[in-house]
Amino acid sequence: MSGHVSIRLASERVNHCVASNNELPQFYTPGEVITGTQDFMRGHGTYVEDDSLKASVAGVMQKVNKLICIRPLKSRYVGEIGDVVVGRVLEVQQKRWKVETNSRLDSILQLSSVNLPGGELRRRSAEDEQMMRKHLQEGDLISAEVQSVFSDGSLSLHTRSLKYGKLSQGVLIKVFPSLIKRRKNHFHNLACGVSVIIGNNGYIWISPQKQDIMVDDNREDIQNYEMQNA
Amino acid sequence: MPGPDLLSSQGLRLDGRRPNELRRIRCKLGVFTQPDGSAYLEQGNTKVLAAVYGPHQASKSKQLTEGVVVNCQYSMATFSTGERKNRPRGDRKSQEMSLHLRQALAAAIKTELYPRSQIDIYVEVLQADGSAYCACVNVATLALIDAGIPLRAYACACSSSMAWKGGEPEPLVDVSHVEEAAGGVCLTVASLPSTESIALLEMSHRLHMDYFDVVLSRAMQGCRDIEVILDKAVREHLVEGWTKQDVVTI
Repeated sequence: MSGHVSIRLASERVNHCVASNNELPQFYTPGEVITGTQDFMRGHGTYVEDDSLKASVAGVMQKVNKLICIRPLKSRYVGEIGDVVVGRVLEVQQKRWKVETNSRLDSILQLSSVNLPGGELRRRSAEDEQMMRKHLQEGDLISAEVQSVFSDGSLSLHTRSLKYGKLSQGVLIKVFPSLIKRRKNHFHNLACGVSVIIGNNGYIWISPQKQDIMVDDNREDIQNYEMQNA
Repeated sequence: MPGPDLLSSQGLRLDGRRPNELRRIRCKLGVFTQPDGSAYLEQGNTKVLAAVYGPHQASKSKQLTEGVVVNCQYSMATFSTGERKNRPRGDRKSQEMSLHLRQALAAAIKTELYPRSQIDIYVEVLQADGSAYCACVNVATLALIDAGIPLRAYACACSSSMAWKGGEPEPLVDVSHVEEAAGGVCLTVASLPSTESIALLEMSHRLHMDYFDVVLSRAMQGCRDIEVILDKAVREHLVEGWTKQDVVTI
């Protein structure tokens, strides 16, 4: 009965890191003076007070020529044009949908920046506005691309490609957005029959691969299934 | 002034501290995954948890065009005090504490950066052993830093009291529950120590004006000491987070 039981206090720090001996960058904390001179430009995470540039978040410095930014370990998603995001429809409005994308403000998906069902290209009419809820409802998950960023930081999305649009049958996983790097491809089909959408906003969508990819392997299964249901 | 006997003949306090000594502060950032930022802090036997959500879109009725809405909720667990509480939040004292918390934190947050947004700060006192408000400000600051929300500086809070040692006034820093209950004066200061500015000042009981300066300066010194401790904790957290990122990229 006398096994070793280690009971730790909640506040005791446990460092799980394997590589803790590699060299560290310099860290800055809020209120810390970065530089006393005025020949630098202030970027995100910094502010000017008493003729010196100070950090406003805790993190590492990124310097591009004269622009100094402090990048925190984690923060809300800050969108850039071309990012792939996964979001949830919050609201259906007159000519647009409000989408929650883990960003500071809700994102907007305009009716004019979605593909109409059937793929026809034309001006959006009043009937289309009335059919909006048929297309995307409150609570639906979508994948989309950032079309533009408004001056207040909110995002405008578009789904004008067949790879974007409504998501169904899968699992959503939320992680911190800073853990996801910007890559060329955010849509992955894994060999095990799983397709993954890694949204830049920290939302990851995992789903079975599209039927048309698998159709050669299990055409018979599908036919049997359809016959049973017919 | 016939104040209660808070100092022994050796000049030690009821719990064995020296007059200018803080209680032990231990803290940890990033204790939850669901909120954007979270922290846990122990100041002696006072234990508090904080969670920060946001900045996120504020509701239509609340949103301001000039800055972010800071929304605080202070709650004390039912088991946090000697006598069991039946309302963890919503009573007069909690509402007042929420307002005070908002005042101190809104002074530190760079509110002008996020128009039309809202930041929610939830603080839960798990064990109250004096200076619960101070611990709440300190833990909320850590949670805000963990959430990556821009701050002007650390917001730290500290309390101080007053005792007599051989007829001389001797201020006490970081008041514990026994000292609070003994009925002495209790001055609570929330400040941004690196800018030397005071965000909130509150005093219970009466204190002669002649002694106010020494008591205030002792509390401010406490704030500066706490800032050093919080800064160290934040740096340790950054080191931990940073090496983890490197491991992922290898």
